[in-house]
Amino acid sequence: MSLILLIEQVLNGLQFGIMLFLMAAGLTLIFGVMGLINLAHGSLYMIGAFCAAAVAGLTGSFVLALIAALAGAAIAGALVELVVIRRLYDKDHLDQVLATFALILIFSEGTRWIFGSFPLFLDVPDYLSGPITLPGGIEYPLYRLTLIIVGLLVALGLYLLISKTRLGVQIRAGENDREMIAALGIDIAKLYTIVFALGAALAGLAGALVGAIQSVQVGMGEPVLILAFVVIVIGGIGSIKGALIGAILVGLTDTLGGIFLPEVMKLFFDPSTATSIGSSVASMAIYILMAAILILRPSGLFGARA
Amino acid sequence: MKLVTMAAAAALALGVTGAQAEPVKVGLITTLSGGGAGLGIDVRDGFMLAVKQTGNDDLEVVIEDDQRKPDIAVQLADKMVQSEKVDVLTGIIWSNLAMAVVPSVTAQGKFYLSPNAGPSALAGKGCHPNYFNVAWQNDNLHEAAGAYANFEGFKKSFILAPNYPAGKDALTGYKRFYEGDLAGEIYTKLGQTDYAAELAQIRASEADSVFFFLPGGMGISFLKQYKDSGVDLPVVGPAFSFDQGILQAVGDAALGVKNTSQWNKDLDNPTNKAFVESFQAEYGRLPSLYASQGFDTANLLLSAMAKADVKDADAFREALQAGEFASTRGNFKFGPNHHPIQDIYVREVVKEGDVYTNKIIGTALTSHADAYWSDCNM
Repeated sequence: MSLILLIEQVLNGLQFGIMLFLMAAGLTLIFGVMGLINLAHGSLYMIGAFCAAAVAGLTGSFVLALIAALAGAAIAGALVELVVIRRLYDKDHLDQVLATFALILIFSEGTRWIFGSFPLFLDVPDYLSGPITLPGGIEYPLYRLTLIIVGLLVALGLYLLISKTRLGVQIRAGENDREMIAALGIDIAKLYTIVFALGAALAGLAGALVGAIQSVQVGMGEPVLILAFVVIVIGGIGSIKGALIGAILVGLTDTLGGIFLPEVMKLFFDPSTATSIGSSVASMAIYILMAAILILRPSGLFGARA
Repeated sequence: MKLVTMAAAAALALGVTGAQAEPVKVGLITTLSGGGAGLGIDVRDGFMLAVKQTGNDDLEVVIEDDQRKPDIAVQLADKMVQSEKVDVLTGIIWSNLAMAVVPSVTAQGKFYLSPNAGPSALAGKGCHPNYFNVAWQNDNLHEAAGAYANFEGFKKSFILAPNYPAGKDALTGYKRFYEGDLAGEIYTKLGQTDYAAELAQIRASEADSVFFFLPGGMGISFLKQYKDSGVDLPVVGPAFSFDQGILQAVGDAALGVKNTSQWNKDLDNPTNKAFVESFQAEYGRLPSLYASQGFDTANLLLSAMAKADVKDADAFREALQAGEFASTRGNFKFGPNHHPIQDIYVREVVKEGDVYTNKIIGTALTSHADAYWSDCNM
């Protein structure tokens, strides 16, 4: 295993983690501020990708497609909050899980109804396609590098939003004591809608960015949703910083585990058994990581609540 | 055709039995929602097109969605057998679902006609007189890909497939015919959508070619990322990553790729021409290989119904085994383990106008049977 391959895999893990962060950031904000478990977050990811594919198909512009993804997912998020989610804040988590699970089914079949059952086409724009050569002779796809940069910029933006703006102060206050900020005259209902739409927009952006190198199809959000939940549990529920660290940990563990575990197994078994066992163990790696972190820190790495 | 039904009812009332005396009830369990829905919808549409074209009122079809979940497929099969009282089951796409359903329904005396999944376990020791596979044994298209790799002179293939029964059948099938060395062998996660890590390994492996089996959305992701990664090796694979349903989503990244299939829309026989034309007229899209398999399955069933009564299991089984129907593949024949013996072709992805599709460029294997039939005792 050469150093170049190792660096390339670390970049892959980083890129995967950063995209997970976009999903997890919204999820953790919504859970932290409103105490709501939103299983339909994966559907918002899918909506972002479908909006992007539709607009890219019509206009041919990738930038417009991304804007459409952000707007489409944010609008869908705000509508869902106003119509359904609002009624769930004072219900227990089981009711929330049931209702948002129903939303997954509604969004999936609704999307199938509008766009059909076959995957849509969304491709990387020409100016971002193909590999570039990094210092040290590493060939790496330009688009994936762009994803890392965009993701880090979004993370920086979120940090500034939460720590430096008035809205950020309200969000942090809402996490700590929702009755108190309502008593101080903040329109809590409006704050919730904004946070939900913000989380939805981030998920939609992730869906569109990832959709360009994966397949845009119904049900694409659910596998990512499960990983995003793992991320926020590792990072600590409600913490944006935790979501970032957790996402990168999960991304690196998943990618590097997938490479190294089969190699390690080859020391003990013949190659074909080794790849089979190694890849089975590798798919468990992030859950083992989660379990280990929960044993050491039951509320996650940066979790405030015990 | 109402008359036929009435005549049949009258014949029944009089206690007269004979061919076509009783209607046949078919349970079609397939994947109609979720990620793998495109495949199930094609099988269903192909099947129902054949049913519609015969206008045979003696055939009743009950359709259910398994959501690609084995537990749901088992529940549906139980319901079909116990409360719907179907005579024949069909429709399952995925091998893990087929393994959960087929052994139990055939043990209860029902017929199962597989329009897609052909796991090796059901072709060899686990074969059953009432189980017929109308598509292929899982290994077949991969074996053809291995044979084609030899023809191209590949010496160092990198091979990958998802970690589930059909994925293992795929790599086994390829290796059975491929004579070169392996630069690497990877099992990916089922449903995996990001292949950056695998692509980096391929780049570092000094392979001269890549063989992959990644059906549905997995294949779309892989091909797009493959193009973007700058790895520039020839790719070969089975038709499942290049079917009509997903090529439009892959776009240019698939152009020129060689893939192996038992069917293509340009196969030159009258049944196929009529099928492609009527499928397009009915549904407004080109058929995929899955649609052709659904269509053939229905026509096989109809051919058996014309010869024997489904309640007379031995006669009906014999009528099925004869396989005397007009197949979209031209000649059609079952081997002793009820799996097809057929030609497998090499196709190339091309662009016709705005539509990405396949054209046949050669034959990889002629009258090819699967590797397991000798283990089958029935």
